[in-house]
Amino acid sequence: MINHSLTELATALRAKEISSVELTLLFLDRIARFGDLNTFITVNEEMALEQAKAADERIAAKEATPLTGIPIAHKDIFCTKDILTTCGSKMLSNFVSPYNATIVANLANAGTVTLGKTNMDEFAMGSSNETSYFGPVKNPWDTTTVPGGSSGGSAAAVAARLAPAATGSDTGGSIRQPAAFCGVTGLKPSYGRVSRYGMIAFASSLDQAGPITRSAEDAALMLQTMASFDPKDSTSVDKVVPNYLDEFHKDLSEMTLGIPKQYFTDGVDKEVTKAVEGAIRTLKKMGADTVEVDLPNSDLGIPCYYVIAPAEASSNLSRFDGVRYGHRASEYDDLADMYAKSRSEGFGEEVKRRIMIGTYALSSGYYDAYYNKALKLRRLIVNDFAEAFEQCDLIVGPTTPTTAFELGGKADDPVAMYLNDIYTASINLAGLPAMSVPVGFDKGGRPIGMQLIGPYMDAGDILNVAHRFQRETDWHTKMPEGYE
Amino acid sequence: MSVTEKDVRYVANLARLSVSDDEVKFYADNLSRIVALVEQMNDAQTDNVEPLSHPQDAPLRLREDRVTEVDQRDDFQKVAPAASDGLYLVPKVIE
Repeated sequence: MINHSLTELATALRAKEISSVELTLLFLDRIARFGDLNTFITVNEEMALEQAKAADERIAAKEATPLTGIPIAHKDIFCTKDILTTCGSKMLSNFVSPYNATIVANLANAGTVTLGKTNMDEFAMGSSNETSYFGPVKNPWDTTTVPGGSSGGSAAAVAARLAPAATGSDTGGSIRQPAAFCGVTGLKPSYGRVSRYGMIAFASSLDQAGPITRSAEDAALMLQTMASFDPKDSTSVDKVVPNYLDEFHKDLSEMTLGIPKQYFTDGVDKEVTKAVEGAIRTLKKMGADTVEVDLPNSDLGIPCYYVIAPAEASSNLSRFDGVRYGHRASEYDDLADMYAKSRSEGFGEEVKRRIMIGTYALSSGYYDAYYNKALKLRRLIVNDFAEAFEQCDLIVGPTTPTTAFELGGKADDPVAMYLNDIYTASINLAGLPAMSVPVGFDKGGRPIGMQLIGPYMDAGDILNVAHRFQRETDWHTKMPEGYE
Repeated sequence: MSVTEKDVRYVANLARLSVSDDEVKFYADNLSRIVALVEQMNDAQTDNVEPLSHPQDAPLRLREDRVTEVDQRDDFQKVAPAASDGLYLVPKVIE
C-alpha cells in the first residue's frame, strides 16, 4: 500500500480494500516509527482520524473526488486552522493559525486527510533544512546527508513513504532541489497558478506552492486540486485550470527539448551530468527532438536572486513585531526595544542575515546599485527564457549541481549554500513552471534530479513529458532501504 | 565593496534587530561575502533596460469596492501575545 500511486489508493478506497481510517493509521504509524528523520514538526493525529472518518462516509455516499480519503502532509509554511503553523521558526512556535491557506482548504474540500506539518528551513530560507528551529531533517537515502530545502521535510517524508504526497513551496528552488536530493518528483507551478493566500510570505514576487509526490501523474492530480483562481491573492491568475491528466496524450515526437549549454559546465558534478544526459537520450529515443539553446545571463541568476529575494523578505518579515502574533520578548524597556528584542530572539541567524542584506540593498544610497540593478537583470533573464522558448517546447537540465551533501557541510558558508540554487532560482525570477524528476543515483547511492522547465502557464507539457519518461524508466519507483 | 561594522549597526537598526558586538563582526564578515556575490551583477550591461519587479509585469487586478471580510477579531486576537477588550496591548508610547 505504501508504494501505491494516488490513483491506486483512490481505487483501493473505493473498492473498500482499505478504509481511509486504516490508511491514515498506517501512515501515522510510519511517521512515529521513522521519527528520527525529523520530517514532521507537528503530527495531527486526532484531527486526521476525524477527517479520515468523514472521508470514509463520503466515499460510502459515492461523493468522493479522486483525492478523497488520501492522507497527505502540508509544509509548515501553510496556515492550517487550529493546527500549529510555525514556518520552521521560533517566532511562530506558538502560532495556532486561525484560518486555512487556500491550498489547504482546496485539498481539504477534496477530502484529503492532513497527517501533519512538515519540517522546513526557517521561513523557507535555506537549501538544506538546517536552518529550522526544530532541527535538521535527515535524508532517508543517507541519513548523514541533508534532504535539501527548504521543503526538506516534505521531500524526505514522501521519499520514506511517510506520506503518499505532500505540499511544498518554492521561492528559489525549495520544491525542486529537495525533490532532487530525495529522489522524488517536485513541481513548481507558474507564478499565479496556485494561490499564495495563507502561505507565509518570503518573497512575494517569487513564492509559489506546489506538490511533492512520487510520480508526475500524482503531481498532476495534486496540482489539479491545489490550483484555483483566488480573489484573496492579488496575483492569482484568473484562467481555467486545465485537466492535467488530459495533457498526457501528446506524443514526444511533437516535442523539442532545449538544452542550455550553460547548464552543462564543469561546475556540475560529473555523475549528475552523466545521469541527466542519459535521461535526455531516453527522451530522444522516445521521439523528442533536441536543440541547443542559449541562456547567456544564467550565471547572474543567483546574484540577482540574492538581492530580490532578501529585499522582499526584509519587507515581508517586518510584520513580525511581537504585537499581533508570534514571539514576544519577556523583558523590554519600551516599544522599540520590544520590537528589536522580540525579533532578535524569534529569528534565527540565516533569517536575520537575509533581512539585513535585503534592508541594505533597499537602503538609501544602495537602492540603485543593488535593487534596481537586480530588477533590470531580472528582465534580461526573463528575455533569455522567452528567446529560448522560440526554439523549443521545454528546457531540460540538471536540477542541482551536486547530489545531497553532508549535514553541516555548508552550514558555515552562506555563499556556498546559495550556489545550490544556480539552476533553479532564475526560473522563479521569470515565474515559469518547472519540475524535478529522478533520473538516477551517484556512486554513493544519492539520488539525481533532472529539471524540466516550461513556458509560462504551461505545466501540462512538463507533466506529460515527465509522465511519459516515468513510464519508460523506473528511477521514480526506487525506495530507500530500511523503510519497508 | 565590503560591509562595515557601522553598516551592520545601521541596517540592524532599520530592520529592528538588536545585534551584540560579537554578532556585528560576524554579520559584517558574511554580509560582505554576500555583497561580493551579488556584485557579479555588474558584469551585465543593463543600460536602457527597464526594471522588472514582477514576473507578470501587469497592473494589479481591481475589484469592486465593497466589504468582503467577515469579523474574525476574536479569533485573531486569541493568538496575540497580549490583548484585552478587543485591543492589542503594547508598552506605553505616550506618557
